[in-house]
Amino acid sequence: MAKAHTYKRDHINTDEIIPARYLNTDNMAELATHCMEDLDTEFVKKCKTGDCIVAGDDFGCGSSREHAVWALQGAKVGAVIAKSFARIFYRNCINCGFYPIELDGATEKINTGDEIEIDYKKGVINNKTQKKEIKFKPLPDFAIEIVNDGGLLEHIKKSR
Amino acid sequence: MSMTITEKILAASAGKTKVEPGDIIDAKIDCIMCHDVTTPAAISMLREKGIDKVFDKEKIVVTPDHFQPAKDIKSAELHKRLDTWAREKGIKHYYKIGAAGVCHALLPEQGHIRPGEVIIGGDSHTCTYGAFAAFSTGIGSTDLAAAIATGTLWFRVPASIKFVLNGKLSKGVYSKDVILAVIAKIGTDGALYKAMEFVGPTLKEMTMEARMTITNMAIEAGAKNGIIGFDEITKKYLDGRVKGKKEYTVYESDKDAKYEQTVKIDCSKLEPIVALPSLPSGGKPIGDCAGMKMDQSYIGSCTNGRIEDLRIAAAIMKGKKVAIRTIIVPATPQIWKQAMDEGLFDIFYAAGCVISAPTCGACLGGFMGILAAGEKCVSTTNRNFVGRMGSPKSEVYLASPATAAASAIEGKLADCRKYM
Repeated sequence: MAKAHTYKRDHINTDEIIPARYLNTDNMAELATHCMEDLDTEFVKKCKTGDCIVAGDDFGCGSSREHAVWALQGAKVGAVIAKSFARIFYRNCINCGFYPIELDGATEKINTGDEIEIDYKKGVINNKTQKKEIKFKPLPDFAIEIVNDGGLLEHIKKSR
Repeated sequence: MSMTITEKILAASAGKTKVEPGDIIDAKIDCIMCHDVTTPAAISMLREKGIDKVFDKEKIVVTPDHFQPAKDIKSAELHKRLDTWAREKGIKHYYKIGAAGVCHALLPEQGHIRPGEVIIGGDSHTCTYGAFAAFSTGIGSTDLAAAIATGTLWFRVPASIKFVLNGKLSKGVYSKDVILAVIAKIGTDGALYKAMEFVGPTLKEMTMEARMTITNMAIEAGAKNGIIGFDEITKKYLDGRVKGKKEYTVYESDKDAKYEQTVKIDCSKLEPIVALPSLPSGGKPIGDCAGMKMDQSYIGSCTNGRIEDLRIAAAIMKGKKVAIRTIIVPATPQIWKQAMDEGLFDIFYAAGCVISAPTCGACLGGFMGILAAGEKCVSTTNRNFVGRMGSPKSEVYLASPATAAASAIEGKLADCRKYM
């Protein structure tokens, strides 16, 4: 069961998600070992497959480095749920086949350790720990299509 | 129907007569900037998917910059992948080491930026080129791969915020202080997904170099693009410089174009500003933070590593000694040569600075001036996030070249006006 890792912080930036000192590689497995390192050195140890990060406003601000998304994917993070996202990061997520979920008051509705299940198409997070269903606005259909195809390039390949 | 300059450029790029904020369009891309961090991944993706095609080898500009000259084996491998690809594809504008420079200083300098065009790059500060009345924005590696292959990319047309810059800047206050003041006012997500359009009389007294400092930092307010209209100053910079096609289209915002918000800044009231850690929105007037002890001063980057910036720093350092480690990074080989010819290197040398080859270097914590835990650096760069220039326990203070130079002399944050 996916667990939440909640950071009650706005502006968690790409330098915290994957510090630039590790950008000399684009190897996902290697990037994953440094995921969120400058924010929480324990994150990689704590994160189990499918777990979600929950945060405040402007998640992923800063650099255009897609390495931030790859680090999260490599660390087997299932999705990021944030109050809002920075533009380039949001776009990179979709392009990589990774779900960014915009949710008002995310850090108040989901606590660290909460067990959650997400229906991406319907836009519902089932917070099993708090026994609450939380609605969010699902991604637009064309974006869901890209994510489900496994990212933009697979999508382009398929639609050719 | 009235449109802003951003809307007009995007409409034209999509072959439409009219677009509105929120519209999803397929834009034709006029220029793609490729560097050593995000492009190698794009190349590998394309290979992997078997769509190993370049849409137009004359519209792609390649320069290694982040870790160049290669800082370690891994970055050397990135450069090798970039180099092999650029040669194999016959990329026309490939700036190899010796010609390579910090991308956002290099592309305008070498005449690759034309007004009215759509320019993308695998780097968040690609918004710099908006100073030339162009639409330009940063993207990640996958978008880059898609654009390299197809020459098109989808965009959501952004709503625009108008920033009216009024008043004459006082002595010791520069375009860097203006943009730090703007970001302090609206916050790092104050223009999220939006176009930041800068207008007003203050711009008329700014060179293209100074204007680029402003559009460079549009991303630090979350913006999709920053843009400044075309005028005589733009024309003069471009004349004799533009490579390839000489003609370009000048778009202007209609007088009744719709803006989501208008923000007025009285630039005559601004003082030198320092953005305190750890967000670019942490701007405070120098009076509030002068005296804070620093360990390093860094003068360079795509924000402030141009010749004008080096001249300003040199004028302050002339005949003085720096009290802390001071690193000067001319952004391109041409700027490097010019600074040497003008005698600026002599001034920096005598003051006790070290002069680096053109590179993004320590701006992003790469190399050439990394900070240890507990150290503080006054820097002319654009980001002061946690760990940006080294240890997560180090701190970055963003400022103009003048403030960074004055602070280098005193070893603490200092008011540059004392030295003028």
